[in-house]
Amino acid sequence: MTPGPATRVRLRGITKSFLGVPVLHGVDLDLRGGEVHAVMGENGAGKSTLLKVLAGVHRPDGGTVEVDGTEVSFAGPTDAQRAGIAIIHQEFTLLPHRTVAENVYLGREPVRRMQVDRRRMVADTRALLDWLGEDGIAPTDVVASLSVAQRQVVEIVKALSTDARVLGMDEPTAALADHEVELLYDLVRRLRERGIAILYVSHRMREVFDLSDRITVLKDGRFVTCAPTRELTSEDLVRHMVGRDLGEYYPDRARPGDLGPVRLALRGAGNDRVRDLTFEVRAGEIVGLAGLQGSGRSAVARAVFGVEPFTRGVLEVDGTPRRVARPRTAVRLGIALVTEDRKGDGLALRQSVRDNTLLVRRAALRGARARARSDLPALLGMVAVVARGEHQEVRFLSGGNQQKVVLAKWLAVAPKVLVVDEPTRGIDVGAKRAVHELLRDLARRGVAVLMISSELPELIGMSDRILVMHDGALAGELPAGASEGAVMALATGHGLAEAVA
Amino acid sequence: MTREAGVAARREGAACWRPRLAEGTAPVLVVLLLLLVGLAVTGPAYDEPSGYLALLKRAAPLMILAIGQYFVIVSGGFDLSVGALVTAGVVIAARLIDGDESATTGVVLLVLGFGLLVGLVNGLVTTKLLVPSFIVTLGMMLVLDGAVFLWTDGAPRGALSAGFRTFGRGSVDVPLLGEVPWSVLILLAILVAAALFMRGGTGRALVAVGDNEAAVRLSGGQVDRLRLLAFVLSGLLAAVAAILLGGFAGVSAQVGNGLEFRAITAVVLGGVLLGGGRGSVVAAAAGALSLEALFTLLNLLGVSGALESAVQGVIIIAAVAYAALGGGLRQRLRWRPKRNSTQPAPS
Repeated sequence: MTPGPATRVRLRGITKSFLGVPVLHGVDLDLRGGEVHAVMGENGAGKSTLLKVLAGVHRPDGGTVEVDGTEVSFAGPTDAQRAGIAIIHQEFTLLPHRTVAENVYLGREPVRRMQVDRRRMVADTRALLDWLGEDGIAPTDVVASLSVAQRQVVEIVKALSTDARVLGMDEPTAALADHEVELLYDLVRRLRERGIAILYVSHRMREVFDLSDRITVLKDGRFVTCAPTRELTSEDLVRHMVGRDLGEYYPDRARPGDLGPVRLALRGAGNDRVRDLTFEVRAGEIVGLAGLQGSGRSAVARAVFGVEPFTRGVLEVDGTPRRVARPRTAVRLGIALVTEDRKGDGLALRQSVRDNTLLVRRAALRGARARARSDLPALLGMVAVVARGEHQEVRFLSGGNQQKVVLAKWLAVAPKVLVVDEPTRGIDVGAKRAVHELLRDLARRGVAVLMISSELPELIGMSDRILVMHDGALAGELPAGASEGAVMALATGHGLAEAVA
Repeated sequence: MTREAGVAARREGAACWRPRLAEGTAPVLVVLLLLLVGLAVTGPAYDEPSGYLALLKRAAPLMILAIGQYFVIVSGGFDLSVGALVTAGVVIAARLIDGDESATTGVVLLVLGFGLLVGLVNGLVTTKLLVPSFIVTLGMMLVLDGAVFLWTDGAPRGALSAGFRTFGRGSVDVPLLGEVPWSVLILLAILVAAALFMRGGTGRALVAVGDNEAAVRLSGGQVDRLRLLAFVLSGLLAAVAAILLGGFAGVSAQVGNGLEFRAITAVVLGGVLLGGGRGSVVAAAAGALSLEALFTLLNLLGVSGALESAVQGVIIIAAVAYAALGGGLRQRLRWRPKRNSTQPAPS
C-alpha cells in the first residue's frame, strides 16, 4: 500500500501493552486528507487504543507515527494538537454554563489590551460555524441550552479552532438520538469535502457503510485488512472482524446425563427492575442470560445475590424457599456472584493475591472454616493465576489474572450456584479461554452456573440453554447453539416478526 | 507470564523463610534506627538499656493511641476524639477516686468502659447515620472538651490514688530485664495482641474495608460491624492511654491536648495510607516511638520545645507526600524492567 500524495498520517507497526497485556500488535494505518477512514473491530480489538495513540494520550511501545511525512513522537495530547490532530471523545468536555465561543477558546482566549477579546472570539467562532454550515448555533448560546448533537458540533468546532486537519471520532453516534444521527452524517460529509481527514471508530455496521471511504479492520489488536468501502460487503466485514481464533472453540457442553437436581429456582420473582421471572438452573449446567444493555440481566444477578433483593415471588435454593436480603445471606446459602466491575467491587486492589482469595471466607464465614488457608496454593493453581507470588498486590496483575483471583475467592467457599456477570470483559484471549474452561469444569463438578455476557458468540458457545431478557422480563428461552439472530430477535423485542425476516 | 502462583507459593513455603515487611513499613524502621543511633551519640543517658526503657515508657501512651488510631485509619476513617477522650478519662478518674485507694479498680474499669462507649457512639454515628468519621469524631472531641470544661470549671478537682498511678509510673521486677515499667509491659501486650489480630481474618478484612468497601460487602462481609469495631478499639485504647498518662503526667485539663494529631502523625509516619487499605500496626507503633525519639533528640540538642508542633506538621505533610509520590516512584522503578506501562489497562 503506497501512500498517496495526500496521506496525512501514517502509522506503521504500532504496538502497545498495558501491564503486560498486549493490546496492539503492529498495526498499520494510512489516513488521507478528505477521507473518512473507519476502524472496525469487536470489543477489545484495540480501536480505542489506536485512536488514543494517534491523539498522544498513549505512547506506543513500538512503531512509528508520521504526520505529513515527518516522523513525530507525542509526549501528550497537546503535542498531537500542535501537529493538527484532534479527537472527539465519547464524553464531552464542554463547560455547560459557558457560551459556545467561551468553550471553543477555553484556555486560549484571544487577548487584546490585557482583556479577553470577546468580539474576536465570537467572530472567529461564527466563522468556523459558517464554514461548517451550522447556522442553528450562535457563538453566544450557552452550552447547556444546546442539544447533544449540537454540543458535538461545538466539540468539533473547538477541535477545528486549533487548526486540526485530522479528526478522530470515537463512537460519535453513541450519545445521539436517531434523528440526530443524520445531522452528524451531514457534518462528517461537509468536513470531508473541506479536506479534513477523519478517523471514524465505530462498531456500527450501518454507519460505517453509509459514511466511510475506506475501512480498516482490527482483531485482537492485529491489523486484519484495509480496503475501500465499496469493495466490501457486510458479510466480508463480519468475517474479517470475527475471524477464526481461540475464542471460537468452547469446552464441550453438558450431556443430558450430567445434569443434577435443580439448585436455583425463581418463581414469579421480581423487584423494581425486573418482573415475573420464572426459571431454574440445575447442577451441572451453564445457563446463559442474554439481553441488551439495560434489559435487566445484571439486575437479576444482583437480586439473586441479595444486593437489590427480589421483592416479589419466590427464590429457591436446593428446593427450599429462601429470603436473600443481603449478600452475606447469599454467600452462606452457597450463592456466588462474579460482578461485571472487577476493579470497582470485585477486588480490594491494594491487598495481596492471598488476602483477596481468602476474603470471602474470612468475611462471610465463621470459625475454622473462616480460618482455613492450607488449600490456598491448590485454589490458585486451579485457576492458574500468574503472579510473582501470593503476596503480590492484585492491582499489579493483568485483567485476566485479576479475574482469576476473583474466581479463586469464590472457589474458596465452594459455591453451589455461581452467577457470573461479564466474566471475560476486558481480558485477553488466553485468559478468556481459561475462564471458559474453568466455568465448564465447575459445572461438571455440580455447580449451577448462570452466565451473563454481552458477547453473543461467547454466550452461545458456553451455554447449555439461553434465557433472553427484554425490558425487565424474560422474552424467551433458546436451546444450546441458537443463532445470534434468534437471540437478538428476542432481545430486541421484535420476536417472531424479526425472526421470520 | 512464566510463573504460576501455585508454584511460587510452594517455593516460598520451602525452607527459605525471610521476614516480609508490609508495603511502606521499611522507611519508618530506618528512621527509627537513625533516631536511636542519634540518641546514643548525643545523650549520655542512652549508653545503657535503662535510658531506652525510659524512652519506651514515655512513648507508651502515644504508641497505644497510635495502635488505636491505626485500626480506624486503615479501615478508611479518622478518629479525632482520642485526645479529648484522654483528657476526659483522666479528669473523670481524678474526680471519682479523689484519693480513695479502694475506688481504684472500679474507676479503672469505668474509664475503660467510658472509652468503649465513646468509640461505640463514634462508630454507630459513622456507620448508621453515614456522617463522615472526620466530622463525627471532630464533634465528639468538642463535646468531650466542653463537657470536661463544664464539669470542672476549667480546673480539675480530686486526686488519683497511688494504685491508679502505678500503671503510669510504677515498674515491676522482671527476671533477666530487671525493673520494667508497667506501661511498657502493657504496651507490649497490646502490641502483640494487635499484631496477631491483624494477621487474622478479621484484621485482614478490616484492611480490605479501607481498600474497597464494596468488594468486602459483596464478599459477604459485615462492613459496618468491622468499622464499628475499629472505633471501639480506638476508644478503648485511648482510655488505656488515659490511665497511663494520668499516672505519668498527673491530672490536668490539658493532658490530652493535641494527642489526636500526634497519633495520626505517628500512624502516617508508620507508612499507613490515609484513606485506608494499606499499612501495618507494628509500623504505626514504630511511627509513634520515632516521633517520641525525635522530640527527645531535639530536646537533647537544645531545640526549643515550642518547635514540636511545627516539626510534627512538617512530618505529617512529608510522610503523606512520600506515600503519594515516593511510593509511586518506587513502584515505577521496580516495575519498569518488566512492564511497559503503569497505566491501567483499558476496560
